[in-house]
This record gives sequence, structure tokens and C-alpha cells, in this order.
Amino acid sequence: MSQSLLKAEHVKISFGNVHALRDVSLEILPGEIHCLAGENGCGKSTIIKIISGVYQRDGGTIEFDGKKLEKISPIDAINMGIQVIYQDFALFPNLTVAENLALNTELASRKKTVSWKNVRKIAEEAVAKINFDVDLDEKVEKLSVAQKQMVAISRALMSNARLIIMDEPTTALTKKEVNSLFKIILKLKEQGIAILFISHKLNEVFEISDRFTIFRNGEMVATGSTKDLDDKKFTYYMTGREFNDQIFVPENMSEKPVFELKNLTLEGAFEAINFSLRRGEILGITGLLDSGRTELALSMFGLKPADSGEILKEGTPIKITNPRDAIEHKIGYVPEDRLSEGLFLTQSIGDNIIISEIDKLKKKNGQFDLKKRDEEIKRWVAELEIKTKNPDNPATTLSGGNQQRIVLAKWLACNLDVLILNGPTVGVDIGSKHDIHMVLQKLAKQGLGVIIISDDLPEVIQNCNRVLVIKNGKIRSEYDTQKVSEQMIIDDMM
Amino acid sequence: MKKKVKKIFQSNEPYIFLIIIILGIVVQIRSGQFFTGNNIVDLLSAMIVPGLFAIAEFMALISGGIDVSFPALASLSAYATTKILLDKGYEGNVFLAFLIAVLIGAFLGAINGYFIGYLNLNAMIVTLGTSSIFQGFMQGTLRANQLSVIPQGMKKFGTDSFITATNKVNGLSSVLPYTFLILIIVCALMFFVLRYTIFGRGIYAIGGNALSAHTAGFNVKRTKFIMYIIIGMIASIGGICRVCMMQQCHPTNMLGMEMNIIAGVVLGGVALTGGAGTLTGCMLGTFLIILVQNSMILLGIPTTWSDVFVGLVIVIGVSLTALQSSRTSRSKKKAVKEGA
Amino acid sequence: MNKAKSIYRKNPEVSRLLIIMLLWLIFMMFTQAEKFFTGRNFLTMAGQFPEYGLMALGGMLCMITGGIDLAVVGTANMASILSVYTMIHFFGEDGTMPMAFSVVIFLIAVLTGVVVGSINAFLISKLGVPPILATLGVNEFLTGLCIVVTNGSAVSSFPKQYCDFFSGNFLGFIPRRLIVFIVVAIIIWLMLEKSTYGTKLRLYGTNAHVAKFSGINTTALLFRTYITSSICAALGGLMMLATYSSARADYGSNYTMQAILLIVLGGVSPNGGKGKISGVITAIVLLKMIESGINRFRSVSTYYVTLIWGAVLILALVIDYFSQKPKKTK
Repeated sequence: MSQSLLKAEHVKISFGNVHALRDVSLEILPGEIHCLAGENGCGKSTIIKIISGVYQRDGGTIEFDGKKLEKISPIDAINMGIQVIYQDFALFPNLTVAENLALNTELASRKKTVSWKNVRKIAEEAVAKINFDVDLDEKVEKLSVAQKQMVAISRALMSNARLIIMDEPTTALTKKEVNSLFKIILKLKEQGIAILFISHKLNEVFEISDRFTIFRNGEMVATGSTKDLDDKKFTYYMTGREFNDQIFVPENMSEKPVFELKNLTLEGAFEAINFSLRRGEILGITGLLDSGRTELALSMFGLKPADSGEILKEGTPIKITNPRDAIEHKIGYVPEDRLSEGLFLTQSIGDNIIISEIDKLKKKNGQFDLKKRDEEIKRWVAELEIKTKNPDNPATTLSGGNQQRIVLAKWLACNLDVLILNGPTVGVDIGSKHDIHMVLQKLAKQGLGVIIISDDLPEVIQNCNRVLVIKNGKIRSEYDTQKVSEQMIIDDMM
Repeated sequence: MKKKVKKIFQSNEPYIFLIIIILGIVVQIRSGQFFTGNNIVDLLSAMIVPGLFAIAEFMALISGGIDVSFPALASLSAYATTKILLDKGYEGNVFLAFLIAVLIGAFLGAINGYFIGYLNLNAMIVTLGTSSIFQGFMQGTLRANQLSVIPQGMKKFGTDSFITATNKVNGLSSVLPYTFLILIIVCALMFFVLRYTIFGRGIYAIGGNALSAHTAGFNVKRTKFIMYIIIGMIASIGGICRVCMMQQCHPTNMLGMEMNIIAGVVLGGVALTGGAGTLTGCMLGTFLIILVQNSMILLGIPTTWSDVFVGLVIVIGVSLTALQSSRTSRSKKKAVKEGA
Repeated sequence: MNKAKSIYRKNPEVSRLLIIMLLWLIFMMFTQAEKFFTGRNFLTMAGQFPEYGLMALGGMLCMITGGIDLAVVGTANMASILSVYTMIHFFGEDGTMPMAFSVVIFLIAVLTGVVVGSINAFLISKLGVPPILATLGVNEFLTGLCIVVTNGSAVSSFPKQYCDFFSGNFLGFIPRRLIVFIVVAIIIWLMLEKSTYGTKLRLYGTNAHVAKFSGINTTALLFRTYITSSICAALGGLMMLATYSSARADYGSNYTMQAILLIVLGGVSPNGGKGKISGVITAIVLLKMIESGINRFRSVSTYYVTLIWGAVLILALVIDYFSQKPKKTK
């Protein structure tokens, strides 16, 4: 029976009236890959902050390497060998790779001056550990997301890490990059380093981790070996609900297409895109991160107008040169990154909901019809079951899943004919993901034309009736989702 | 090598340098007087106080903050110092003046530093407030008025010649006072601190990502606090230099300079948002504005047009900078795509 | 006590200023009662603040977008100088101007505002220049033009009918300048609270990127904002003209910082996204009261007002800081 590396038992912590963690336990064995999963708000980030010394727990015990931990600071945690790689990597975009790598070491040595020769030496050693080939003099802001992650990992390895904690490391990576990351994680395991990574993607849990732990609402609900886990159990542990995910079967599709693209081209992004969308359909568009799928989405919405080709609405060619044109033609867009593209976080839930249809809420004399505004807000909060006590509260008071619902509400309030969604359930917990899918299916059945752009293949296959695969800016193939398999799509994408 | 050259031309500095040279040539053609020792000395003289202020502001901007109180701070320290020395009938070396001013400046800067560093309040608003407080204190409590006579030591320092250049054509002489050395020394020190000390790298780090700086182990609050103290000290040095060179102490003379100084520093490629910019750029940008202001006569343009041209330079300069940075961000996205 | 607390929290910007105002009025009652609490004193105060009060009202809109308008003083002086030269052109230096011509003067101010505001908005929205730098450069340029046109001196020889009329009182006791201020304040209030513009403005100020994604016409929004600010500034210039009976390139040079002080004191966050006109107006009135009160103390220098402004501003920030719920970090 090997001694655990990290053993947290019955840990709890509260912030004011909010009990972020009620009773969680977490055990990580030396050199294992452990996955911590749970819906947004379940306490995953909180336990990490406690382990790494940023927060102090209110109750329970934590042992690291057999030693009981009392009050530790972030520096203490680092010195013990606990390294955290946050989602934003905590790098300095304006400094070079070399400096980013060496800064922590320089700080720890308590010297007052900087020796650039030393910085370079430290940096070279760091990247050698994972064979990371990069220009050390390049400013970090110029690197790709995957490269930045490599820098963060290299930096984490520099101080004799025993446990590396990664917070949702695969969110912004392409499939290829995820594979590279997993190779590196395995390499780290060979070196005896334990990895705790936070994820809610089931396939990742299965692919890479030895053991898992699942939190729900601040409590630990399951832990064990990944061998004993399956789809259904995972979903049940995460949400406490059982889902029967219905595969989308279109009803009442319109005869004529509501939205068509003819030969749409944007230099450097995509070329000669053709497709048509009928009311009642959910069309899926999938491809790798840099296949042009996001640019296509932005084009259809007017943020990156195409160079040539036509867009037709109900058979008539239309010009879309900015988002307002799109909205006027009843086309809406739910962006990838809802936090930085879809929501005004500090503003009220109500304002977030009505902002895109705001010009329609005017009285005859041009004044803002506040009564109508309030009615609209009430309506959409109810229809999308947004859990809030008061729509005047800022959007930050909501959970991630509910925030995504506000973004949906915003567009639905515009009475659209076509809704384009880019990565609609990225970063959304399983429960809300299911709910959002159900809403989309319902809307399609009510007559909306829906386009889902996503690289989450199960999501695409289950919720769309047709799927287009884009590769290198061109449409590679089109499938009926009832007759296609994930592997076929993957083969086409690569 | 090609990559390095490409990198150089992505930043502002070479462009500003080019413009300065071109302007110089234009003035030379028009007046034949630009590249004379006389004129160069005049320009360098005019650069001293703004240059010191620019160095101070440069630090603030790099850290992601800003300071609009430095003219008021400098005025207050300079006035208080001069008054104290006058009242005591001081006859000695100017060194004491600098010492007293630096101490006062450190104290005043610490006020800024406390609110911005420790309480993390908005730098623009705090320094706006302290600017009023310093001004009000100087003119209200100290009842500052013009001091036409200044201590011997200061006067001497401001007028003794470090370098004299005489124009052979019209016989005019220009004196570059020793205060220029002060500028050189402060500039060199700042360069060293920003490049070779942890404190200096900390300022860049904070400007890049303050949160990460904290997690990395920088004491962000203390760094900012000390930084504003240093800004106060440098600004006060600038104030004393001003008094020495003008041979009198006018309490409100320097007020209102803040915006032009900030404009000059930004023209040199320092980002308002923090984390980016070089000392070279800062000095070049400031020099450009000084150049425009001081070349009016040589170009035969009446000095009433000075603000018009400075305003134009600022507007055109910042427009070009803005266009260039949106261009580089677009090409950055392209490059990343190609690399991925 | 809890009810008081909830009223306070609903409108914190206004509430904290009202508390300070109350304290000041009490202080005035004990020290300067006879001289301060006179109708004449209140009238004088009410006639003087529109100059920078208008600039604060307009500038507030820019700050809600997360920007700033540093061109207010240059715009004001330009409007004032243009008006004076127009009067001279049509009626000669010693002539008489019919009051109806005042309409032309106000039109000049509006036109000046539209032109300057458009230039600012163009630089900011189309070229992406940071507002602080764009408006700074434009201000310098405008001031420079004013200096060239007036040769650096004050222009005081012109038909004075406009000045006499507007420096006077309506119905004998309401300063006409105050009426102009009230009219503009009502218009801005309508813009912010009763039209869709207000919501769009606040949301844009919170996140310009998301605003674009939501279909807000950000270019039109910025143009409307900066033009309104410049028009307000230009009207402020007309008020200065009425008060001083002369025009000069550098009048009101400290009004820029004063306006910003007032806007921030009024609860507008310099990061954008929120602000109420009630806060700004309360701040304007409060500051004028403090200034006036201090003027009454003959032994106290008027410069102390500057000091108090700065101190009150920082005090307001510190109060904000300590009143926020403390977050648990350790």
C-alpha cells in the first residue's frame, strides 16, 4: 500500500455565507495521473487554491508527503513541490520566453540584480526537460496558446515539482495539440511526477487518467479507478441526474431554405463555401481549430465580411457587412467565448438579455419603453429557466451554465430566423450542456434554422441532422448524422 | 539577421528617430541654423527638465499606471526647498538643494504610492487628486509667490557652463548647464534599474500582468509604492533644475506640462496600458515635441503657432501608432495561424 | 438604521456626497451663517457653476464609455472666440446686436461642438487612438488655433448684448446661465435614462468587444457621445463668455481637471460602464458650495479650495474602498 502523495480529508471552506466546500476528500498517489471533475461551481478551483496555499481551509486535514499542512503560503507550496498551471498560464505577455521561465527562480534566490546570462542558462535548462523548441527571445504574447502552455509547464518543472496541477488544460487546444500535451503528461509521469488535472471532458478522463475524483456542490461524490467508470456513471456522479439524450430528428422542415451560402470566399480563411439551411434543421459544421470554421461563423454574422460570394436569406441575396445587418436579417450569433465575447459580466442580467433587441423596445416617440423592457426580461428568464432571484443582479452572480443561457436568451429575444452558435457548450457543465441542447432542439422544431459550429463530435452527431466537415478552408464532406460515425468525420478533418 | 531587422522596424523608435532627422534637415534647409552647435545646445538645454519628467512618467506608464501629479509635485518641492534655503540664508553648494528636494519629493511620492500601491486605487484619479492637493498646499498654505532671487549655489549651478557653443555666424552663444549632466545620470540610472534589477523587471512584469506578478512572488504593492516614491524624487530633481536654470522660482510655471510629457512618452512607443516601451523611445518622443516647440523661430513661424503644430504632431503621431499596432496585431494572428 | 443603509446602498454616489454636503452646510451655519445663507450668495453660486458644470455633464458621457474628453477647454474657448468674431463681423466692435442674433451664437457653439466631437470620435473609433491621447492632441491644436486668431490676447471689444443678457437673471432671480445648464442637464438625463442610448452607452463602456458582437453600432455611439460632449463644452464656453464679457485662448485652463474631478466624484467609474447624472450634479453643487464657503473666510486663501477638491476626491475613493465587502484571501 503506497503512501499517498497528497491526502485531503473532509476539507471545508466558506466565504461569508457561501459554503464553497462542505466536505471534500482527495487522495493522490505518487506518480499517478488523477483527474478531478465536476460541474462549474462544484469547488474544483477552490480545492486547488487551498492545496496551493492561496486560500486557508476552515476545516479538515491536508497531508503532503506524510506531513500535516497547517498554514501555508503560495511560496511554501511551491517549495514543497506543488505547482499549479492556471487556465491563463499566469505568464507575462510583454516579457520574453526566457525571462518568463527564469523569473520565479530569480525571485526565489532573493538577489537584487538580474544577470541575463543566468536567465538564459535557466531558460535553456527548463525547455530541455520537455524538449520544447522555441525562440527564447520571443515575447510570450506572440506565441500560440499551445506554446504558452508549454512555457507554463516548463516553468512548473523547474523547481523539483512533485505534483503538477493543471486547470482545464485542453480548453483552447486543437486535437493535435491535446495529443502532444498528453504525450508530455505521460513523460512527466515516467519521471515520477504526479499530475492532477481538472476536466469535465469524459473522453479525457478515460484517455489519460489512472484514477478520478468527482465533486458535486462542494462535496466529494465519487472516487476510484478509471477502469471502473463509464459514461452513465460519470454523468450521474457529475449531475446527480440521469439523462436520456435524445438524438435530434428534425420535424416540420421548411421546403425552401431559409439561409444559403453560395461560393463564399474570404482570402486566407475559407474558399467557395456552399450550403443551404432549412427551417427546422440543425446543421453542424465541424473541423479543426484552424480549418476556417470560426472565420466562416464571423463572416456569416458580419464581423469578418467575405470577399466574394453570396449570402441568401429566404432566397434573396443580402449584404452582411456588420453585425447589425445580420440582426436586421434575423440572424444571430452566439460566440465561442461567452465571457469575453458574449456577456457584459458586470452589467445586469436584464440588460444583457435585451441589448441586441433594444432598438425594438422603443415607443412611438423614440423613448425607451421601459415597461416592455421589463416584460421581455421576465419572459426570457422564465422561458430559459435562468436561475436568478433578481434580473437586476449582475451577470457575474450566475453559474457558467446560466450565463450561457443569458447569451442564448439575448438572441432568442431578437426573434430570429437563423441562429449560429460557435462552440455552444465549451466550458459548460454536463447538466447545463444537456439543457442547452434540449433548448436548441426545441427551437429548431419551432421553426428556427440552427447552425452549430463545434469540434465536440458527440455533440454534433447527437444534435444535428446534417454535418459539414471543413478542412483547410474548404468543405470536405457532408453527412447525414444518422449514418455517420465519429471516426469518419475525424478522418475527414485531419 | 533579417528577423532582427524586421523586429526593429515593428517598434516606434526608428520611425521617431527618422522624423527627428527629417525635421532637422527641413529646419536646416529653411534657416541654415539647425545643425549648429548653438542650436543643438539650446535644444539639449530645453530637453533637460522635460526629459527628467519623461523618465519619471515612463516608469509609471510601464507599470500600467500613470501619474499626472508630477508637475504639481515638482513645483511644491522646488518651491519649498528654495524658500527654506532662502530663509536660512544658505550660501553653499547646490547639492543641499537637491537633497532637500529629493526628500520632499520622496515624501510626496509616497502619498501617491500609498493610495495606488497599497490601496490599489485608480492611478489616474489618485494623482489627479494629489495634484490638486499639492497645488492647493503650495498656493494656499505656503502662499507661494514668485521668488525672483534664488540661493547663490542654485543660481551658479544653473548658469555655469558645462558646454558652451558659439555661433560663428551671428556671434550668439548658448550655454549647456551642468543640469544636463543630471539628466544623463538619471537616465543612466533608470536604464540600469529597469534592465538589471529585480525591482525594475518587476515593474515590467506588473505592467504585463499584475496578477501573475503577484503569484510569481513579486510584492506588487511594495514595488508600486517604491516606484511612486522614485517618481516623486525624479520629478523634484527636475523641479530644482528648472529653478536653477530659470534663476527664479515661479510656482505655477511647470503646471500643465503633464499632458505634453505623457504625449511625448507615448509617441516614443510606450503603451498606455503598460508593460511595453523603451527608455530610448521615451526620450526620442519627448525630444520630438521639444524639437517642434523650439524650431518655430528657425522656420520663420511666429511662436503663436507653437501649440497648433505640437497639437498636430501629437494627433498625427498617436494616430500612426494606433494604426501600426492594429496592423501588427492582425499580422500576429496570421503568423500564429501559419505556425499552427 | 437598516432602511437608511439600504437607501444609501441604492445610490451610493449621491448619498456619500449628500452627507458631505450636509456636514458642510452645518459647518457654514455655525461660522458664516449670515453671509452664506443669503439668496444673493446662492444666486451667484448658481450662475457660476454652469461653465464647468456643462463640461462635466458632457465629459461624463465620454467617461462612461471608458474614454475621456480632454478637449473641453479648447472647444469652449474656440466656440467663444468664434462667437465674438462673428458678432464683430456683423455688427462692428461698437455696434449693437439684436437679441435674436443669440440664436446664431448658440448655433455656432453647436456647430463647433459637432466638428470637434466628430474629429475626436473619428480618431478614437476609426483609427483606434486612445481617447486620452486623441482629445489631448486635439485640445492642444484647438488652443493653438485660438492663440493664433486672437494673437494671444483677450478680445473684449464687441457688442455686449449677449453677455449682458446671459449674465443676468430671469424673473429677477434665476440666472439665465443656470437655465441653460438645467436645459442641458434635462436633455442628458433623457438621453441616459429614457432612451436606449443610455443602456447602450453603459454596456459599451463595460466591454466594447462584446458590444460589437451584440450588434451595437459602436461607431455611431462614439460619434454621438463625443459630439454631445463637445457641444456641452462649447456651450460652457458661451457661459464663460457671458460671465467674463471677453474671450481668450486660455480661459478656464483648470476646468479640464475640475470637470474630471467632478465626474469621478459623481460616481462615474473611470473604467467605464456606470454613472448617474444625479451623482455628477450633486458633485457640481457640492463643490461650488465648498468653494463659495471658503471664499467667505477672508483670512483663508481661495487656493484651499483646490486642496479640498483633491482631498475630497481621494476621500471618496477611500470610502469606496473600505465599504466594499472584504474578500477572503487568507
